[in-house]
Amino acid sequence: MADAQAPPVIAGRLAHRRSRHLRERFIEALLLAAALVAVATTLGIVFILLKESLSFFSQVSIVDFFTDSQWTPLFSDAHFGIWVLLSGTLTSSAIALSLAIPLGTVLAIYLSEFASPRVREVAKPTLELLAGIPTIVFGYFALFFVTPMLKTFIPGLPGFNLLSAGLVMGVMIVPYISSISEDAMRAVPMSLREGAFAMGATRLQTALTVVVPAAFSGLAAAYILGISRAVGETMIVAVAAGNQPNLTFNPMDQAATITAYIVQVAKGDLPHGSVGYQTIFAAGLTLFVLTLCFNLLGYWLRRRYREVY
Amino acid sequence: MAVAADLRVTIARAKRRDVMFVALGVAALLFAACTFVALFVDMISSGWTRLNPDFFTEFGSRRAERAGILAAWVGSFAVMIVTALFAVPLGVAAGIYLEEYGSRNRLTALIEININNLAGVPSIVYGLLALGLFVHTFGLGASVLTAGLTLSLLILPVVIVATREAIRSIPGAVREAAYALGATRWQMIQHHVLPYSMPGILTGVIIGLSRAIGETAPIITIGAVSFIAFLPPAPLTSDPPFLSFDWLASPFTAMPIQIFNWTSRPEEAFQANASAAALVLVGMTLLMNAIAIWLRYRLRRNLNW
Amino acid sequence: MNDEPKRPDLATLAKKAEACELNFFYGAKQALNKINLPIYDKRVTALIGPSGCGKSTFLRCFNRMHDLYPGTRYEGEIRFHPDNVNLLAKEVDPIEVRMRLAMVFQKPNPFPKSIFENVAYGLRIRGEKRRTVLMDRVEEALKNAALWNEVKDRLDEMATTLSGGQQQRLCIARALACDPELLLFDEPTSALDPIATASIEELIHQLREKVTILIVTHNMQQAARVSDFTAYMYLGDLIEFGWTDDVFFRPQKKKTEDYITGRFG
Repeated sequence: MADAQAPPVIAGRLAHRRSRHLRERFIEALLLAAALVAVATTLGIVFILLKESLSFFSQVSIVDFFTDSQWTPLFSDAHFGIWVLLSGTLTSSAIALSLAIPLGTVLAIYLSEFASPRVREVAKPTLELLAGIPTIVFGYFALFFVTPMLKTFIPGLPGFNLLSAGLVMGVMIVPYISSISEDAMRAVPMSLREGAFAMGATRLQTALTVVVPAAFSGLAAAYILGISRAVGETMIVAVAAGNQPNLTFNPMDQAATITAYIVQVAKGDLPHGSVGYQTIFAAGLTLFVLTLCFNLLGYWLRRRYREVY
Repeated sequence: MAVAADLRVTIARAKRRDVMFVALGVAALLFAACTFVALFVDMISSGWTRLNPDFFTEFGSRRAERAGILAAWVGSFAVMIVTALFAVPLGVAAGIYLEEYGSRNRLTALIEININNLAGVPSIVYGLLALGLFVHTFGLGASVLTAGLTLSLLILPVVIVATREAIRSIPGAVREAAYALGATRWQMIQHHVLPYSMPGILTGVIIGLSRAIGETAPIITIGAVSFIAFLPPAPLTSDPPFLSFDWLASPFTAMPIQIFNWTSRPEEAFQANASAAALVLVGMTLLMNAIAIWLRYRLRRNLNW
Repeated sequence: MNDEPKRPDLATLAKKAEACELNFFYGAKQALNKINLPIYDKRVTALIGPSGCGKSTFLRCFNRMHDLYPGTRYEGEIRFHPDNVNLLAKEVDPIEVRMRLAMVFQKPNPFPKSIFENVAYGLRIRGEKRRTVLMDRVEEALKNAALWNEVKDRLDEMATTLSGGQQQRLCIARALACDPELLLFDEPTSALDPIATASIEELIHQLREKVTILIVTHNMQQAARVSDFTAYMYLGDLIEFGWTDDVFFRPQKKKTEDYITGRFG
């Protein structure tokens, strides 16, 4: 009784304190390693893009890359003007966003400020389903449904064109823009809206005066996400826009985007280490830098305009 | 009501604009719904005839009527297994680290920035990473393993975010109770955090996989082709040790690739195949989403915080 | 007690509004029970009572704010003068009601716009487009709200750059710019520090003979300082109403006396 010995079970546990401590640290290190995979992936992407691109640029002048008006890397008289591919990317994205941003924003305002809970219950799942459809299926839709339909309105439309691909891309992006925008708008507190209502404003006036400006940072995030998705989209344009590298901003033309070009080349057989093989990495690097710029812009916009309620 | 007449006119005009906007909103909603319906009607009307059991058991062929998706759906299935095997442990572990161990220092900020950034990287860039690194530098070739690794990296942000949100919803009181009883941090995570966040994690994983199954760009880039007339070798063999990993190194094809190939053929007969395969793929995707939602509902019922 | 200022006879005072047998329901739950309350013209009436007694609910009936939420129901009338219209009637457009009344809320809620645009907003939605008229009215409203000198050089800055007390005065200016017939205050100083509170109370004191004011307050001392009339509410009932001095120093009902003397809060 004088011996204040801990009961055997606990004494045993306390004795293993040191090994338990080591085990905990070990587990923590393992978990940290898993988390660092994200960093490793980014490093891997940057490394491989730079490595192949540097090799590419040792053979092709970077000035030509940005100023040449043709993209014919696999011809004997090879040209490497990235603007050819960029024109396809920018045109299709512009078409997509000029549909997706207005439509997505109107939907978001409607769902957040006007729609009854029952309408919302039907609308939100529909939009989520639309977002879940694989892009290859959208590509199929663009080629076999939208293009023939557009041909009835626009007689001279070629079978492969940027317009059809751009429109379907826009529809694909709408759910992303509307869902993020709507969340941002619903986060605006009711007391802000009441200030406008109490002055005799209608729901539309309140939405445009109070809710949309207050949700600006969320809207900016949604739009930037939309832009990123449009620029990075591959299968819709690969299937429906044709694969003719064509320096054009005309929606009725067929053209190749950066992404479609990479797919086309990867589909074929290119010897590893050839210039042709390296073009896809140079193109990929351009794409990566482009989306990175947009992501950084979005990040900065959100930080600048973050509303604290 | 003693309000000036022109004020009444102004109010009436504002109210009219309200009504017009509601009409616009409904029209937008109908447009989205109609697109969805048109897609389905189109797929069903052209692909319906091909949806018979042979379609699922035949390999691809030059003759459209004989071509099937056997290699494609088996390939997709195999790739999904590898994807899950990598994405789940990595993603859940990373999520646990960030929520339970990470303090607000530069390292965690760096990791979080990377995750956010990776979520916005186009999927084809992942394909380039895989082509340069996995296929050539590591020499893994255009195999099931490479595809699984690539797609698991692609959906890693999804799994991490789902894990973090699931963990965050566990009240601090539960953790404190565990600590107060003498549990170590890892015991607390193992016995409490993980089980309670399973529904959310599982939902996120399934949603991630439903995205991965439809991804075409990365797996084309690593070199998956569509003219495959064989299946990957079976993982279970009749001789000891009864388990074979040859299937990981096998060339393969997948559903999205098969669809891509068939839509690229000019012959109209292949359009029917493409429609049917697209229907199957969308069906698989929707099924996975539905399972995820049902799981979340079922398992959440036991957790009433 | 002997040198009280001479108070006019209640019968001679004009009424701006009057609640008649007003009941209010949130779904099945009754929140206001048969309220009969006069609001005298160009006077300040205070509504006091413990939390949950229904004073904010009552206030928000006046400008039909409850219409914004589903499941709410009014019974009875609120007569509004000089045209003797029932503000709660279904035929009466809530937007028209809100254009005649103005409300200042508990937490200052300026719009995410410039100071000028905040004050001009009410005029704009009433159809006023002329720049000179807007500038004059905005200046006048800001002066009446005792804010003009502090903001006259930065009218184009965002309203969110102002301090809490300034933002609340901005909200008052915004309300005053439209010449409201009745000004509703819903606990306007409970989110403000004492100095800002004092400036708002001073402002209400200055406004008293120009605008009819109905103010809900949690703070009895505030009611005693700023109001002419006081109504005491408890659990949805109007317990007592009268001149502020009478309610505070000579309460008729025991419940009133208990509340005033702090026996419960």
